[in-house]
Amino acid sequence: MEDQSKTTTKAICYHCGEDLPKVKYQTDDKDFCCAGCMAVFKILSENNLCNYYVYNNTPGRQLKNESHLEYLDDPKIIDQLLDYKHENSSIITFYIPAIHCSSCIWLLEHLYKINPAIFSSRIDFLKKQVTINFNHEEISLRHLVETLNQIGYEPLISLQDVVKAHSSSVDKSLVLKIAVAGFLMGNVMLFSFPEYFGLSGFEKQFQSLFGWLNLAFSIPAAFYCGRDYFTSAITSIKHKHINLDTPLALIIAVLFLRTAFEVIFATGPGFADTLTGLVFLLLMGKWLKQRTYHHISFDRDYRSYFPIAVTTIQNDKEKPVSINDIKIGDRLWIRNGELVPADAILMKGDAWVDMSFVTGESEPIHKVLGEIIYAGGRQTTEAIELEVIKPVSQSYLTGLWNNDNYKNNIEKQNFNDSVAKYFSLGVFLIAFAATAYWLFQHDSHKAWSAFTAVIIVACPCVLALSTPFTLSAILSVFDKKGFYVKNTDAVEELAKCDTVIFDKTGTLTSNENAEISFNGSLTNEEKLIVASLLRNSTHPLSRHILKALNVERFYSLKDYKELVGKGLSAKINNHVIYAGHLSMLPVTVKSVGETGVHILIDHNYKGCFDIKQQWRPGLGQLVSKLSTFKLQVLSGDTDKDHSMLQTIFPEKTTIRFYQRPHQKLEAVISLQEGGNNVLMLGDGLNDAGALKQSNFGIALTDNINNFTPGCDAILQGNSLNSLPNFIQLSKDGLKVIKISFAIAITYNCIGIYYAVQGTLYPLVAAVLMPISTVTIILFTTLATRWFARKNKLI
Amino acid sequence: MNILYFLVGCSVLMALIFLGAFFWAYKTGQNDDVHTPGIRVLFDDEVIAEKSEEDHFSS
Repeated sequence: MEDQSKTTTKAICYHCGEDLPKVKYQTDDKDFCCAGCMAVFKILSENNLCNYYVYNNTPGRQLKNESHLEYLDDPKIIDQLLDYKHENSSIITFYIPAIHCSSCIWLLEHLYKINPAIFSSRIDFLKKQVTINFNHEEISLRHLVETLNQIGYEPLISLQDVVKAHSSSVDKSLVLKIAVAGFLMGNVMLFSFPEYFGLSGFEKQFQSLFGWLNLAFSIPAAFYCGRDYFTSAITSIKHKHINLDTPLALIIAVLFLRTAFEVIFATGPGFADTLTGLVFLLLMGKWLKQRTYHHISFDRDYRSYFPIAVTTIQNDKEKPVSINDIKIGDRLWIRNGELVPADAILMKGDAWVDMSFVTGESEPIHKVLGEIIYAGGRQTTEAIELEVIKPVSQSYLTGLWNNDNYKNNIEKQNFNDSVAKYFSLGVFLIAFAATAYWLFQHDSHKAWSAFTAVIIVACPCVLALSTPFTLSAILSVFDKKGFYVKNTDAVEELAKCDTVIFDKTGTLTSNENAEISFNGSLTNEEKLIVASLLRNSTHPLSRHILKALNVERFYSLKDYKELVGKGLSAKINNHVIYAGHLSMLPVTVKSVGETGVHILIDHNYKGCFDIKQQWRPGLGQLVSKLSTFKLQVLSGDTDKDHSMLQTIFPEKTTIRFYQRPHQKLEAVISLQEGGNNVLMLGDGLNDAGALKQSNFGIALTDNINNFTPGCDAILQGNSLNSLPNFIQLSKDGLKVIKISFAIAITYNCIGIYYAVQGTLYPLVAAVLMPISTVTIILFTTLATRWFARKNKLI
Repeated sequence: MNILYFLVGCSVLMALIFLGAFFWAYKTGQNDDVHTPGIRVLFDDEVIAEKSEEDHFSS
């Protein structure tokens, strides 16, 4: 262990595992890639927390830029965030996206070693949450968050309180109902066994006892565990519509009534075993259906992107104010890297706003005084002063979510509900026909038993089970391939899609890998100078370029200046060097493109570093596999990549640029009005409206912990090429459901053969139901695996 | 065979106790997080003392 970690530290950073630059930071025999990683190591080793590095090699993450936490001093905001406060102890739960390994758990649960004012901390690993109990008299909330930031675990505090919205995915009462149903089923089986084997004469005295016990157990099974089926059936009948719950509720009622009659009048053992078994299995199916990824949130909206508070200027003083309390006319103070939370007019400062959240355009836009800056823009240069003209909830961006026409016009009807109607009708016909026959024969006893038996035997229980079992098996196949679908209903929607819409930036291109090229030429000496300058900046572009240059040594520099968001300048070896945006260079350079990082040494323009987003690999193949679908590309960006896209996509593909979020939304709606089922792939907030409106919205991301807009599924960037296989498997899944339905009908026919004759003995019903259930579960599981293998997904 | 009446009562009572125990465990949140405790139990307390000597940072 020890040797292994020593050999690995030679090439990579001891803390975060990044490749070491040629010039590395060293302390205590360990190498680090940057000052941030080294600082974390120092804090940990000072507090005897080096065990952090024992459980995993390189468990850390690189530190990001500093954030402003003044708002955490505001008592009103603190009250919103705290879970509990009493005397000197407070409890708070943070969502920390950086939690990823056992070392994280170990470190965050030993926070009390760093600061004794922290009593205890506890992690929920899957939810990436830490619950901290601390003494608020000795450590302020702001200090606590700063401590977490220092060791590289920055909590994400957003307006939509992620922590509280993330309660358990499965309805709690359902689990309790399953527990009760299991308890009832076990006991009823115990008391039904003697009946199955036949009772000898002297055991008959127990028959009525067992009967009454079974009846007693049937009451909670029908009216506590099965209550939801009754309420659902009643509401659907009120709407003059039959869903799958209607026949199920009828069966539960008939089973219960017949059991009660038989026990009370001592005419037979009743069907308590079938009733409790049925309820238990139905609830299990329901549970599978409700289960979803509780560690991934699919319902994020703009509130998860927005900070919880913003700095305002009141009487020339900065004051943090909760976003919800912002009024028209308030003056906002937006620093570099901060988000504009409400539509506002620029009052002071030089605004270069990155509107990629809203429009998808990658280049920052220059705004002049008096211009409106829409909510969702991110300021990239110095701090600016704004005056709010619309409250947060009515801004341009947030309006996208308050749009009323989302999905309401699409009636979602799944296979189950559409079949249930005909199924119920058929069962009733047979049941009434059998009753009529026996009444005609003047055998009212047989008429009653035939009627009830048909309804019991023709139970659509298999129908209620095959769908959740098949679809949840498909979900777990998807899950292993990095495709996280919200729930089982969504899989059915995926199978129906016939149109695919792509967003460009972040979907067809990858945000992770930027290709850096230099237009112009630099000597080795000049490269050293540029690298020495860029080394001092934490801007992501500087880091990217520095990595690409990969020089061996650095010069020291003088007069270092960083114009936030615009560029850097310094004096190195008597050379004056500038690097950054065109507008910051002291001389005007003509006939070069606006974008990129421009380099000027001693008033000689040297050229610029161009950062190009790379297309995702295998796009051509993906598109050719999707040839049966109607394809569209909607981009918010400029049309600079039009010719490139034309070579990838077939001729008839609609490719549109300069698309605003509302236009994307309208494009989806117009396709849906034309009778198409739309699959939308997007990544940013600008696609959020279209993702929500589409029949199946997929948010593409390179890091599953990044924020993604509300959607039906989250797809990892490197799995994009499997998309046609995913769609095919979902279609195969529907096929499996239909076949299992046919199998179920076969079983039902056997049962009905006995039932119409009025000779259904409870034992037959009790055996037939589990056998058909087991067959179906086995069949769906195996068939799904077979189809998954056929589609090369396992 | 009358002992059966007593035994049946006992078995139902036992089952009810277990059901009650599950209800209590579930409602007090013992099933909320079933992943982390499995990792937590593997952390070794003794490693801390041993490692802290070795890795002591001298500034």
